Amino acid sequence: MSTVIVGAGQAGVHLAVSLRQAGYAERIVLIGDEPALPYQRPPLSKAFLLGAATEEAIQLRPESFYPSESIDLLTGERATGIDLATACVQLASGTRIAWEHLVLATGARPRTLGVPGKSLDGVLPLRSLAHARELARRIGTARHVVVVGGGFIGLEFAAAVARDGITTTLLEGADRLMGRAVTSPVSRFFAESHRARGVEVRLGVAAAEFLGVRGRVTAVRATDGRNHPADLVVVGAGVTPDTELAARAGLPTGDGILVDETLRTADERVFAIGDCARFPSTHAGTLLRLESVQNATGQAAHVAREIVAPGRCPYQALPWFWSDQKGLRLQIAGLTHRHDETALLGDPDSGRFSVAAFRNGRLVALEAVNRPADYQAARRLLSRGAALTASDVTAPGFSLKTAAA
Amino acid sequence: MPKIVYVQPDGTETALDVDAGTTVMRAALAAGVQGIVAECGGNAMCATCHVYTDPSDSDRLPAVGDDEDEMLDCTAGAREDGSRLSCQLPITEAMEGLAVRVPREQV
Repeated sequence: MSTVIVGAGQAGVHLAVSLRQAGYAERIVLIGDEPALPYQRPPLSKAFLLGAATEEAIQLRPESFYPSESIDLLTGERATGIDLATACVQLASGTRIAWEHLVLATGARPRTLGVPGKSLDGVLPLRSLAHARELARRIGTARHVVVVGGGFIGLEFAAAVARDGITTTLLEGADRLMGRAVTSPVSRFFAESHRARGVEVRLGVAAAEFLGVRGRVTAVRATDGRNHPADLVVVGAGVTPDTELAARAGLPTGDGILVDETLRTADERVFAIGDCARFPSTHAGTLLRLESVQNATGQAAHVAREIVAPGRCPYQALPWFWSDQKGLRLQIAGLTHRHDETALLGDPDSGRFSVAAFRNGRLVALEAVNRPADYQAARRLLSRGAALTASDVTAPGFSLKTAAA
Repeated sequence: MPKIVYVQPDGTETALDVDAGTTVMRAALAAGVQGIVAECGGNAMCATCHVYTDPSDSDRLPAVGDDEDEMLDCTAGAREDGSRLSCQLPITEAMEGLAVRVPREQV
């Protein structure tokens, strides 16, 4: 019998590794549709773009690892169908593979904008190694860069490319940066920091049209009518979970593959993990889909345990996130979703501060900007379910580190 | 190729011959050493590659950086004198024979 994992990103690879580390001795097949060895995505919008990390350096594991751990890694191979009745996966190459456990770690695809001109040469998303290679090749000669979308990817890209001699403009349709992920004080700080570095950050303004000459982008027209010259446009407009395979097999989906608190789909032999999985989050108190390394590895480790020793345990790991925007280190512990109160620790003007977020009078998340110690302490406090209020953390003499000890 | 020895909480040892230039963390991942999780991939963002070095080895290791120092507070396995993030330990010839202990808990 065997476990078949569809998707060889961070979640899929971590599951294969976790199964072996937990003593799983059956066959493991790991199917990835990209040609390269499985790699880390976070460096793609940072060091890799600038040539500071090689393709080898961002591999999740070296090539020799997979055979040495008896993990059958199929790269450049696509699963085209799941047959639940016979418990088989159909591959594009024609092969059928039988499974006892099937894990869908299919990830997500960049969302494309319904904007005229989106197919012009020079308008690119940033999600895969192939995208990053293409962008790295073009950065050297770009003079006018427009970034569409002020989320983590767009900001990391803007931070990486901004330098003397080129203009960098960032358009964000919402009224603040990283609005889905962070509190307002953190949004404000990052907008000011990027502006101070020469990025023109425009809020409440989206891309209306990509203009081009002979098939190549030359400008971006913003929704307020202003034209921004552009020879390179990066679209960071979020992602769409890859649910097709699951949906065609008749598994329930809806902005993600729907799973229960144990991360099982409607078919209990089939799990979904990582960016593609919509799960009931104990931390958010709602159905949630998270796109992060922690979510990928945490869910992978959980499913490995459920396969090796089925306990029908709920997945409850504390979510955490990070973003490195060239020296601006943002680390987030917990989920700020539906927070109704914040407390500021430290002084944003010093470049080192944290924001604690509360819901119903209880600490639910902490965002640390260049203050790793706060983040570490908060992770520990939130993991153990410590009940802290805003007046607790702002009381004179209060220390997160002491509270966490 | 310096030899690095990883010691598990139960005393099991794994000795690896490692290319200079990689890190103590990456070498462990490549060989599937248990207990080095390294979720953030080597950015000193997650502290899940925590190891204990012998304090007497400190002179042949790079100094603890500010970010590393803060991340080592509140690690899952308690901090000790020789605590390091193994992603911040690039391997050099001077590290021949270095032993690192893997904590019982990492996440």
